[in-house]
Amino acid sequence: MSETTMEKQINFMGQRHLAMALSLLMIVGSFVGLWMKGLNFGIDFTGGTLIEVAYPQAVDLKEVRSDLANAGYDEAVAQHFGSATDVLIRIAPREGLNSAQLSNQVMDALKASTENGIELRRVEFVGPQVGDELTEDGALAVLYALIGVLIYVALRFEWRFSVGSVAALIHDVIITLGVFAWTQVQFDLTVLAAILAVIGYSLNDTIVVFDRVRENFRTMREGEPVEVTNVAVNQMLARTIMTSLTTLLVLLALFFLGGEIIYGFALALIVGVVVGTYSSTYVASAVALMLGVSKEDLMKAPKEEGDKEAEEAELQRIFLEQEARREAREIAKAQRQNAEE
Amino acid sequence: MFQTQQKVIANRYPAWKYLLLVVVTVIGLIYAMPNLFGDDPAVQVSPAKSVTFDEDTRQQIDQILTQANLAVKSSEFAEGRFLIRFDNTEDQLKAKSLLKDALGRSAVVALNLAPATPEFLRAMGAQPMYLGLDLRGGVHFLMDVDMDAAVEKAYLRYEDEVKGALRENKVRYLSADYENEQLLVKFRDVDSMQAGQKVLQNQFGEELKAVANQETATPLVALKLSPSSIAETKKFALQQNITTLRNRINELGVAEPVIQQQGERRIVVQLPGVQDTARAKEILGATATLEFRLVEERGDPYRAEETGYAPHGAKLYKFRDGTPLLLQRSVIVSGENVINAQSGIDPEQGSAMVNVTLDGAGGRKMLATTKKNVGNRMAVVYIENRVETIEQNGEKLKKRITTKDVINAAVIRGQFANRFQITGLDSPQEAQDLALLLRAGALAAPMEIVEERTVGPSLGQENIDQGFMSVIVGFILVLIVMVWRYKTFGMVANLALTLNLVIIVAVLSMLQATLTLPGIAGIVLTVGMAVDANVLIFERIREELKNSSIQTAIYAGYEKAFVTIADANITTLLAAIVLFSFGTGPIKGFAITLSIGILTSMFTAILGTRAIINLMYGNKRVEKLSI
Repeated sequence: MSETTMEKQINFMGQRHLAMALSLLMIVGSFVGLWMKGLNFGIDFTGGTLIEVAYPQAVDLKEVRSDLANAGYDEAVAQHFGSATDVLIRIAPREGLNSAQLSNQVMDALKASTENGIELRRVEFVGPQVGDELTEDGALAVLYALIGVLIYVALRFEWRFSVGSVAALIHDVIITLGVFAWTQVQFDLTVLAAILAVIGYSLNDTIVVFDRVRENFRTMREGEPVEVTNVAVNQMLARTIMTSLTTLLVLLALFFLGGEIIYGFALALIVGVVVGTYSSTYVASAVALMLGVSKEDLMKAPKEEGDKEAEEAELQRIFLEQEARREAREIAKAQRQNAEE
Repeated sequence: MFQTQQKVIANRYPAWKYLLLVVVTVIGLIYAMPNLFGDDPAVQVSPAKSVTFDEDTRQQIDQILTQANLAVKSSEFAEGRFLIRFDNTEDQLKAKSLLKDALGRSAVVALNLAPATPEFLRAMGAQPMYLGLDLRGGVHFLMDVDMDAAVEKAYLRYEDEVKGALRENKVRYLSADYENEQLLVKFRDVDSMQAGQKVLQNQFGEELKAVANQETATPLVALKLSPSSIAETKKFALQQNITTLRNRINELGVAEPVIQQQGERRIVVQLPGVQDTARAKEILGATATLEFRLVEERGDPYRAEETGYAPHGAKLYKFRDGTPLLLQRSVIVSGENVINAQSGIDPEQGSAMVNVTLDGAGGRKMLATTKKNVGNRMAVVYIENRVETIEQNGEKLKKRITTKDVINAAVIRGQFANRFQITGLDSPQEAQDLALLLRAGALAAPMEIVEERTVGPSLGQENIDQGFMSVIVGFILVLIVMVWRYKTFGMVANLALTLNLVIIVAVLSMLQATLTLPGIAGIVLTVGMAVDANVLIFERIREELKNSSIQTAIYAGYEKAFVTIADANITTLLAAIVLFSFGTGPIKGFAITLSIGILTSMFTAILGTRAIINLMYGNKRVEKLSI
């Protein structure tokens, strides 16, 4: 079995040092972005007020800004949102003006200068203390998710795999954050949710590869860990591509059709899925290899059992094949008899 | 042994698995169906507190609607309230204002969108999904109760009682003041301090911890609330505020308001369909107070109501249900004098009652009044003040609006001062409500809006449309890719994916979980990821086909891929659970749909596809698999 597949194998693991360098480069790049530009936090985290209004026709932002400035909101940020008729206004939290009445005043100011009446589409007001809490909860959520993964994979596989998968997850999270820093797309609660979903997805990918690595360690009689891993990655290649493809397709649908509110969410997941697919091969497996994962490690506890299991599975398979052939013969015979009759 | 082996190779499923699949499909279809029918514009009429609707109300409503010539689509009376459906929103709006005028404050008349689920589905308990505010439009407020103020008020409440207790026991003290989360009672000398400490320990030992301090210039006793009474105080403050909010929201006329505690000090208020956030905020931000007044027994309140003139020295008030009552003009005691109000059971009559405690000044005034008025009635008036912005001739006017309701009127049985009981209440529930209102008028801890999210109706509809569109487009793209790659097997997977989508919608409808925009994103993501199980299985079958027979390959493909699928899905579920426990509102919605999707996809992608594939290929001679 291995000979036939071996021929057309792509030597993924052979490139792992190159990949490592690429990963490091991307991580450093992300850190630079985070350090230089920082994340463009939404009001969920910073606190403040966000108002989305729809004008009956396209509106000049300069007018909106001057209206706002006249009403005393010099620092308000106004930008188009999705179309030229929609305007998004953001006002930072102000000392002593922690009041939800703000949105009413802003609406009054804007209404005063338009004749046709504008429509209030959305108001979000987050008090500074709530913002702080959400930030803290968000960071904790990511931390707990990582710890949960560490424990689960360590229990189900082995500590080297566990470290490998968590390394891959951290890698994915950092790079996704890096993309948000460089693009300055707003980072709000839904993006945080997307990052947690990325953790779930990327892990899913990693587990599938690890599962095959473990299986191959048990069934392949010989072969270095690097080779065994490589075979696993190759065996899973078609699946990895297919699943990433379908997931990316629906995410692209969300990205283009889901509307502005879900835009950041979809972007985070798209980046996450691409990076996650790459990292489950190169980061997770490579780290596990670097830490010296070996056949013995995986066999250690269930060594006897594992071998027995594998043997039994093999026997079972041979038996099943014979049965299948026998049955096929019988069916053929029956059909022939039917035909003769 | 041989029997089972043969079954396995034959790739046949026992009948019960098919039965299970059929049952799940049918149930899924039934419970997903209500989502196809849309809504009827409706008016919901629910009774205000202490009012119950009966046959008369029904006749009254019917009469009003027929008089106005409004076409009622259907009208039902359930759970003590009316739901009247109309064909169009025009009739709905007309009916609302008519009913509101006619029923006055005895009822809450609210606009509603009632699901137009057919009778046979409703009989089975099938309902459409519950849409979140970001989809249906509305306001979400997060109110923060100022717990420091609540605790401070609790100390101030004790301040008076502490002074009283010391006076009663003839212990001389210098002062008793609240400072830094404790009550400092200062004494002239150590002797009186020790006596004071003893008295306070005896009297308030359960709620307050008295610590003596002789080191300071003047000897003092520091009183600190025990942790349990602080917790109690906070719980009370939250409950009071929830009750007040509930009463105020009834004024707004919202069909399905959500008022919920969140954490220890927050209250979530969700008002679906409310667009006028300014008014909502004004009503929520009202302040309340109380007045105790004597009932003016001379004069007929009903006549006063008719003529609009009250007898000299009296003023016309109304109960919440509209019953008029004449009260004397002079106020005995107001809300500031009330220290506490708690419901309980009257030991003599066994009926429900409320214990009211006043402060020293209030007690003296009460004593002076009750001395002369035994046998007369005393009423409690609940007053709410709010500022509303009203447009008049194009100009905005701030108008102060005051509502005054008599919440109780009871006979004074004997003279009393700062402690008295209001007895003869109908039920413990009524006593609780009264106590809550008394406290709300007197001691409510201040609240503040710390988070607001308003979504306009057009944006809500747009969110639904865009969400729906991305589900459809994403879904179709996945279907195409699956058929392209896996041919017949891909079709089978697509069937399973469709079933999966139906089941997700059915489960969401059954749980009545809130569907939000991120929730829709969760469904979309599930569609993309749900095929993973089938991809894993099919790729494995292809692999196995290289060196084993067709039936064995199918069997091995499913068996071997299962462990991987389980592992992979459990880890994703892990992330979803973390999301659920840390997320708020919309994020929770995402976590819910993602988790449901993962679980249902396991069922449809493994059991569902296997059942169909067994049916197609099992126990047959197959030359080539279309995979």
